[in-house]
Amino acid sequence: MNTQAVTETLAAVRMSDVRKSFGGVHALRGVNLAIQTGTIHALVGENGAGKSTLLKILQGVVTPTEGSIEVFGEHMSSNSPENSRRLGIEMIFQDLSLIPTLSVAQNIFLNREPRRLSIFVDERREIAQAAEIIGQLNLRVDPRTPVFELSPGQAQLTEIAKAIHQDARILILDEPTSSLSAQEADTLFGMLKKLTAAGTAVIYVSHRMTEIMTIADEITILRDGQNVTSGKTSEFTLDSIVQHMVGKRVTGFQYQARPIDRNGKPALSVRGLSGPSGKPNDVSFDVHKGEIVGIAGLMGAGRSELARLLFGVDKKTGGTVELGGTAVEFKSPSDAIKAGIVLVPESRHEEGLVVEHSVGDNLGLPQIGQLVRGPFIDRRREGTLTSDLIKQLRIKTPSADNKVRNLSGGNQQKIVIAKWLAVDPSVVILDEPTAGVDIGSKAEIVELIRTVASSGKSVIVISSEPAELLATSDRILVMNNGRLVREIERDEIESWATTAGDETQSPLIRTELGLQVAIQKATQNVH
Amino acid sequence: MSTEAKTLNTEADATHMRPWHSNWRDYVVYIGFVVIFIVFAVLLQDRGFLSSNNLLNILRQTAIVAIVSMAMSFVLSAGEIDLSVGAIAGLSSVVAGLVLSQYGLFPGILAGLALGLLVGAINGGLTAYLNIPSFLVTLGMMGIARGVGMWVSGTSPVPIINDTFIFIFGSGNIGPVPVLVVWVAILGIVAHIALRKTPFGRKVMSAGGNSIAARYSGVDVRKIKFQVLLLTGMAAAIAGMLYAGRLQSGRFQLGEGDELSVIAAVVLGGTSLFGGRGTVIGSIVGALLIGVINNGLILGGLDYSQQLIARGMLIILAVAVGRSR
Repeated sequence: MNTQAVTETLAAVRMSDVRKSFGGVHALRGVNLAIQTGTIHALVGENGAGKSTLLKILQGVVTPTEGSIEVFGEHMSSNSPENSRRLGIEMIFQDLSLIPTLSVAQNIFLNREPRRLSIFVDERREIAQAAEIIGQLNLRVDPRTPVFELSPGQAQLTEIAKAIHQDARILILDEPTSSLSAQEADTLFGMLKKLTAAGTAVIYVSHRMTEIMTIADEITILRDGQNVTSGKTSEFTLDSIVQHMVGKRVTGFQYQARPIDRNGKPALSVRGLSGPSGKPNDVSFDVHKGEIVGIAGLMGAGRSELARLLFGVDKKTGGTVELGGTAVEFKSPSDAIKAGIVLVPESRHEEGLVVEHSVGDNLGLPQIGQLVRGPFIDRRREGTLTSDLIKQLRIKTPSADNKVRNLSGGNQQKIVIAKWLAVDPSVVILDEPTAGVDIGSKAEIVELIRTVASSGKSVIVISSEPAELLATSDRILVMNNGRLVREIERDEIESWATTAGDETQSPLIRTELGLQVAIQKATQNVH
Repeated sequence: MSTEAKTLNTEADATHMRPWHSNWRDYVVYIGFVVIFIVFAVLLQDRGFLSSNNLLNILRQTAIVAIVSMAMSFVLSAGEIDLSVGAIAGLSSVVAGLVLSQYGLFPGILAGLALGLLVGAINGGLTAYLNIPSFLVTLGMMGIARGVGMWVSGTSPVPIINDTFIFIFGSGNIGPVPVLVVWVAILGIVAHIALRKTPFGRKVMSAGGNSIAARYSGVDVRKIKFQVLLLTGMAAAIAGMLYAGRLQSGRFQLGEGDELSVIAAVVLGGTSLFGGRGTVIGSIVGALLIGVINNGLILGGLDYSQQLIARGMLIILAVAVGRSR
C-alpha cells in the first residue's frame, strides 16, 4: 500500500496537498489523492476526518486554503458549484436536494428540460425519458408523482437518477444507501458498475465497510484531515480499515463504573416497539435507574427514529412503553415531558434551542409554566434558576442575557441538556450529544452525562462516536435497519482491551476497534 | 392516497402507464366556485343573479384583481410575496394620467408600464440581490408608492379624456365582450403557459420549493426572484391603467386593499403561500369566486358589515378545505 497512487493515465481527480482551515480549526491538513476514471473509489474515515470538507471542495461550495486540484488534467481554478458542474462533477447529497413539490420527472430534468419549439417543455418526452431512467434503477413509481409523496428510499433513488442523467464524469455519492433497502442498494451498485464501465469515476463515501468491500475498486482512508493510506480494495480487510481509521490517537475517555441496581423494576421498559417507515422495527429493551445505555449503529439504522418515538414526536405503530412499571402513550412531546422522558435532539439548532434568544430565556423555556406569577413571567425566580444552572454546568457565558448564538458548540449543547434537567425527568435521551463540539467540551459533556446518571436518572446515549459510547455506556445496544441486532455487556467490552487490534495499541484504542468491528459485523448479518 | 396506488407493474412501460391522479383538494377552488355559483343561482334567482348584465358585471369587477393574481401566482410560487401591488396600481393610474394629458396616448401608456418596471425592479433587486425579505421590501414600497401617488397628483384625481385609452383600458366592449375580459383571457393564457409549460415556470417552482436544491441544479435563483417581482410590478401597473380607464381618471387611492384580495384569490386557487406550488388558472377562478361571493352578498341584501363578515368566513373555509397537508 502506498499513499501516492502510481498512474500512467490521466486521473479524473488529482489533489495535491490540499489544506483547509476554518478559523483556527484545520479540517484538512494536506490531502494527496488520485481518483482514476472508470473506478469506484471509496473514501472512509471517522466523523471529523475531513471527508465532508473534501467533498464540499470538489462540489465547489468550499474553497481550499492551499493546494491544487486537477480535474481530468484541468486545473480547478475557481471554486463555485457552477464551475464544478462544468467540469462534470455531480454530487448526490445525504440530505436530499430535490424540489419536494415538483414531480419525479420534473426533478430529474430540472434546468435541462427537453424542449419543444425551443421555448416549451416537451412534457411527453420528459416523462417518457424519466420513466426509462428510473426503470433502469428499478424505481417503480409514476414519473408524475410529486417527490414529497415518495418514501425516503424512492426519493434517494430519484436523486441518483437525476445525477446519472446529468452524464456526470465524476459522480460523488455520500452515504447513498442510508435510506435504501438491501434490494434497492443492490440495484444502485449494479448501476454504478455500469457507469464505471462507461468511464465515469465514482467517489463513494460510506460508513458501511461491508458495502465498500463489495463495490469499491480502491479505498482511501482519511484521518484527522489527512489521507492515511490508499490502495486496491483487495489489499484491505475489515479490521485493517478500522485500524487505519482509528489510528493511534487516544480520543476516548476512560469508562467509570458506577453501582447500578438492576434488580428492581426497570425505569424504562420497551417491548416490541415499531414505528412508521419500518424504523424502529420490533425493538425491546430495558433501562434501569441510574443506568447509561448506549445505542450504536450506522446512519439510517433507525436510532434517531427510536428516540423520536420514545419522546412522542412520531406515533408508534406497535409495541408498548412502560415508565416505572406503568404503560404510557404519548400523543406529543409535552405528554412525554410530563411523564418524565426528555430528548436532547441531534440538530440542536432546529429542535433544541432558540439561538437568537438569551441563555436565560432558553433555560427557562421548558418550565415557563412554573415560572409565572399571574399572567407574567416571574423574572426574579427565572434569574435564580438560570444562574444556578449556569454555575452547576459550568456554562461559559458572560451573563444569562447573552445570546445563545454567541456561545461555542459545547456550551450550546450544555444549555440544551441543562434546559431539560431542570424539569427533573426520570429518563434522558441524548441524540449525538457531542456532534460538532470541540474535544474539551466533549470531555465535559461526557462528565455531565455521568453526573446525570449518578443522580438516579436513566440515560440513553445515541452516538456515532464509539469513544463516546465506550466512555459512558454501562451497556451498548447495536441497531441495524430498524432492528436491535446486538446487546453488548460491559464484560465483553472490557475483553476487547486485550483481544481486539494488536498488542502495541493502548487498551482504549483496542476497545474502540472492538466496538467498530462489532457494529460493522452486526450490519453484515442482515444486509 | 397511498404510494401503493401509484406503484406500477413491473412490465408496465412508459407508454402504458396509468395516469397519475392528483389530490381532489387541488381542485377545491373549482368545486367551491361551482357550488357557490349554483347556490346563488337558486337563492338569488328572482334578484337577477343569472342575468347576462349581472354576470358581465361580475367579470368586469373581477378582471383587475384577476390580472394581478396571475402575476402573484408566480411570486408566491417562487416563495416570495408582493404587498405593494395595490399601491403600484394607484401610482401608475396617476402617472399614466398625467403623462397622457401632457404628451398623448402612447407616452402615457409607456409611462405607466415603465413605472411598473421600475418599481418591480426595485422590489426585485432589493429582495434578490440584497437579501431583504420581500415581505418587508414590498411593505415599505406599499407606503412609498402610495405616498408618491398622493404627492404627484396633489391628492386630486387626474382626469383622463382620451377615448382610445378609455376604450383599451377598461371601458370598451368588443361586440358583447368587455375589453377587460379580453385582457384577462389573453394574459391568462400567456401566464398559464409560462408557468406550466416553459422552463421558466419550472425554475420559479424550484426556487420556491427548495432554493438550495434549485441552485445546485444550476438555476439562477436570484434572477428568478428578481423576475417574478418584475412581473407583479408590471401587472400592477396594467391594473392601475385599467382602473384609470374604467373611472376615466387616475387617482392615488385606486387599488387600495387589492393586495389582500389578490393574495386571497391566489391562495384560494391552490397556490402555496410558502412556494413551490402554483397555478394561474386556479388564481383566476379564485378571483372569480371572490367576485361572485361579493356580488351575491350584495344582491342578497346584506349590508357592508355583513358582507365583510360573510366574505371573511367563506375565504377561511375554502382555504381550510383546500389545505393540502
